[in-house]
Amino acid sequence: MKVQQLSLFLENQPGQIVKPCRLLASQGINIRTLSVADTKQFGILRMIVSDWQRASQLLKEAGYVVNMTEVVAIEVPDQPGGLSTLLQVLENSPVNVEYMYSFPSGRRETAVMIFRFDHPDAAITLLQAAGISVVSSVEIYNRVETA
Amino acid sequence: MIATAEKVTQRFHPVSAPDYLPVHLLRDLQLGRLQATVRRAFDNVALVRERMKAGGVRPDDIESLDDLTRLPFTVKADLRDTYPYGLFACPLSDIVRLHASSGTTGKPIVVAYTQDDLNVWTSVMARALASYGIHRGDIFQNAHGYGLFTGGLGFHYGLEALGATVIPISGGNTDRQVMIMKDFKVTSICATPSYFVHMLERASEMGIDVRELPLRAGGFGSEPWSEAMRHRMEEGAGIKAYDCYGLTEITGPGVGAECWFQRGPHIFEDHFYPEVIDPATGRNVPDGVEGELVVTTLSKQAMPMIRFRTRDITAIEPEACQCGRTLRRIRRIGRRSDDMLIIRGVNVYPSQIETALLAVEGTMPHYQIILTREKGLDQMEVQVEVTPELFGDRIRAMVELNEKLTHAMEHSLGLRVNVSLVEPHSIQRSEGKAKRVIDRRMES
Repeated sequence: MKVQQLSLFLENQPGQIVKPCRLLASQGINIRTLSVADTKQFGILRMIVSDWQRASQLLKEAGYVVNMTEVVAIEVPDQPGGLSTLLQVLENSPVNVEYMYSFPSGRRETAVMIFRFDHPDAAITLLQAAGISVVSSVEIYNRVETA
Repeated sequence: MIATAEKVTQRFHPVSAPDYLPVHLLRDLQLGRLQATVRRAFDNVALVRERMKAGGVRPDDIESLDDLTRLPFTVKADLRDTYPYGLFACPLSDIVRLHASSGTTGKPIVVAYTQDDLNVWTSVMARALASYGIHRGDIFQNAHGYGLFTGGLGFHYGLEALGATVIPISGGNTDRQVMIMKDFKVTSICATPSYFVHMLERASEMGIDVRELPLRAGGFGSEPWSEAMRHRMEEGAGIKAYDCYGLTEITGPGVGAECWFQRGPHIFEDHFYPEVIDPATGRNVPDGVEGELVVTTLSKQAMPMIRFRTRDITAIEPEACQCGRTLRRIRRIGRRSDDMLIIRGVNVYPSQIETALLAVEGTMPHYQIILTREKGLDQMEVQVEVTPELFGDRIRAMVELNEKLTHAMEHSLGLRVNVSLVEPHSIQRSEGKAKRVIDRRMES
């Protein structure tokens, strides 16, 4: 149900983001999706990659501080109201969305969104009870491999 | 397992016997040696003779240890002014070793040793190592620089005298240090605290958990370090981190060493006599009161030092130590009078930053202070490297961390501070003494 996300700390300076990307590229690791959050001074690069264990090890050896977080991938109908239907399920629950970003679903009619919940397990239970399709980790990594 | 280690570590070693001299015998020994040292310096060192004459004191006037206060101080500048050989008390033909300490301004200072001096140095280093629980059978990684710096050779000879196995790896090449630590089953180590922390960081990146290695003790010194640093080293490496106090002008490492109880270094008083003075007035302060440490060598032949002002801020700890040593202890050196920064008129010591960092997250990341001047006003920036413990994926948490660090530092320093979180390894590492402060105030 949950997917491993890698986060890196980067200083907000020209040229900082290319270095980890180049390192992963040189080892044949595919970045399937990413998002960057930034402040004036620093940023956090978050990534879903094809081989997170190896990627994490490579980045640590290169001296990066790497954080692993469990995020949840959810398939959303690519049509008006697709996202709001999903979010309504959580609206009156204690679950909070810390941030979210999109993932290429490989299908025309749906999008996949990556959610960072403060309580991922509670979120999954609520969503499944509402009949919303949470993409399994096996499936998302398969999509990572095949896409 | 721990019980066994403690038992072995606390075992009494014969080299430690002088550490337990009855106090009245120790004072007798000190007085006899002090009188001989003053006589030797007066007879052979022009600078000491002139100063003593100017102060109206002669070697025969030293009738008790209290008379020490009548003697003039020696300061670091005296060593520079008499560079290279001006303070030697014996002919060059009796000198078997020279060391030098890097001067931050041009010329280094030079120190000399006769064979007797080297023997004393070796014996105090052996006693220091024995008090850390290091023995024959220990595999010791000597990561202090070998060469003109006293750290490498000082430890080396003490270790050999003790019968431990020395790995003379010297400083630098951190990947190799980590590999050897693991492959050679190293049990004990010496380095500067900042370099050892760097080794731990590197080991962790290489996927090696130092806590799982046989390493159990380390002797650390040659730069001021805080309890926060000790915590970081002990937690990160699963060891006991002992202070090794020393300075080139007196002999190098081995002027004092912590025992099992880690309550500040015991001074090897049979060779080095400690006093603490008020740095502003030069007057002695009572035990327990903080001031500048002053050391007089009691047995040095080549270069006796009379009341050398160390610039190290400490206090003599009056209570007896549980270990039973009669040697007095000093408070561990957390700061030096020349480390002190004056920022907008406020006195700031780097150790205050360490305390604030530890208070916030319980860890001691690598940091650096950068001072600049804008429109005539001093600006203080503290760069803090992000560690795995500090880092998370949520931007809000990172911004909060930055605010908490800023608040803790401002509270501890009483000054406005700009805290910048920076990438790991972006602050330059030193293989020797850490450079904690970059002062660019004069550039603007």
